[in-house]
Amino acid sequence: MTENILIVGAGTGGSVLANRLTDRLADEIDAGEASVTVVNDGEYQYYKPTYLYIPFGKKTVEDGKRHLDDLLNRRVERVNGRVTAIDTDEKQVELSRGNTQAYDHLVVATGASIVPEDVPGLAEGGHHFYAPDGAEALRDELAAFDGGHIVLSVIGVPHMCPAAPVEFTLMVEDWLRERGMRDDAEITYTYPIQRAHGIESVADWATSMFDERDINLETFFNAEEVNPGEQTIETMEGTELEYDLLVAIPPHSGSELVAEAGLGDNGWVDVDRNTLEATGAEDVYALGDVADVPTSKAGSVAHYEAGVVADRIASRVRGQRPTATYDGKTICFIEAGMDEATFIEFGYGDEPTVREPSQAIHWAKLGYNESYWLTARGLI
Amino acid sequence: MTDIPDPDIEVDSRGATCPGPLMDLIGTVKESDPGTVIKLQTSDSGSKNDVPEWLDEAGHELVEIVEEDDHWNIYIETT
Repeated sequence: MTENILIVGAGTGGSVLANRLTDRLADEIDAGEASVTVVNDGEYQYYKPTYLYIPFGKKTVEDGKRHLDDLLNRRVERVNGRVTAIDTDEKQVELSRGNTQAYDHLVVATGASIVPEDVPGLAEGGHHFYAPDGAEALRDELAAFDGGHIVLSVIGVPHMCPAAPVEFTLMVEDWLRERGMRDDAEITYTYPIQRAHGIESVADWATSMFDERDINLETFFNAEEVNPGEQTIETMEGTELEYDLLVAIPPHSGSELVAEAGLGDNGWVDVDRNTLEATGAEDVYALGDVADVPTSKAGSVAHYEAGVVADRIASRVRGQRPTATYDGKTICFIEAGMDEATFIEFGYGDEPTVREPSQAIHWAKLGYNESYWLTARGLI
Repeated sequence: MTDIPDPDIEVDSRGATCPGPLMDLIGTVKESDPGTVIKLQTSDSGSKNDVPEWLDEAGHELVEIVEEDDHWNIYIETT
């Protein structure tokens, strides 16, 4: 009998998991005792951290794109298709072409989506750097910017790349300064809660950086509506800001598949935060952005979670008791301008320390972004 | 003790860390009509401070904070 492992989604989490599993179970796969199948809607993987650099002309969409055949181990069976339903009773998924795919172990790694349309006027009046087209449009807008008020508004929380809004704000400030335009621009950063970031030490660090660089900070700022004609953004708290360029972190959503399958009400999969096993069904796991765990929606999280899920599934396939657990390990590089950066590392319940930014860490971040494709291949 | 009205909506944010519970509440308030009573369940002790602070900022009413064995129930009414 073959143990069929089915992974839905070939982003960071899905590809690392597939490659780790084919490494751990190579003998079983070659003997026909196990199979690893990845279903992905499309032929490519997109590395989203690249998008932060596109507005500044430092990267292109192509830099963050690879064909899945270049990333997945030859033992992985790849299906190009979209999963339209998950049936955890029958242990199968439905594909958009109408066929079904059975599983013994299912891993949901469908990521997160942005839904700017959830805020009236935002899609028309705001920009973002969370998808290729948005990042390219923002690049063109920034290139044409000749002064005025730039508002970076964090609207969606949780969102992917938790440090990216702070990074963009510090980068755009530095970028304008380098171009001799800093005096022509006012910059405001807004955040929904009472401080500048969900993580307290990052909030403290960002606040002092904003203060030092003359960047306005607005807290308890929950955007309710954007008026593209008037170029204003209004909040639930009754604040109104005028902008010349609005860069927003749009609301995010999980997956309708997840809600319809009863795996999590809001589209994020309810999981045990240590085993990453779904609480709503047997033999179902979730990792990456779609898993509802109390840490950031970051690539490093998906990477470390994938190692744990690979170990747990491999143990199960071999009839052993799984022991690997995820402790919330998260690493984020944080750009502090165009040529310096810092990083944070933490686990569940830890408060990270933000180190002094340096050029060396900035280069480390850029170096890691280049070597990311080795991570996707399961090599680092 | 305040007479706590029956909640119209319950939001279970137990297990979530800051800013999860407050963001869950803000998202629920955004979708609610004035006069809606919301019960927020949170195991994050920070919610005892940041929820009332946001309610004050946004102009909604804090009805009561009830401490249970392993979490808090925060009752609010939208205005």
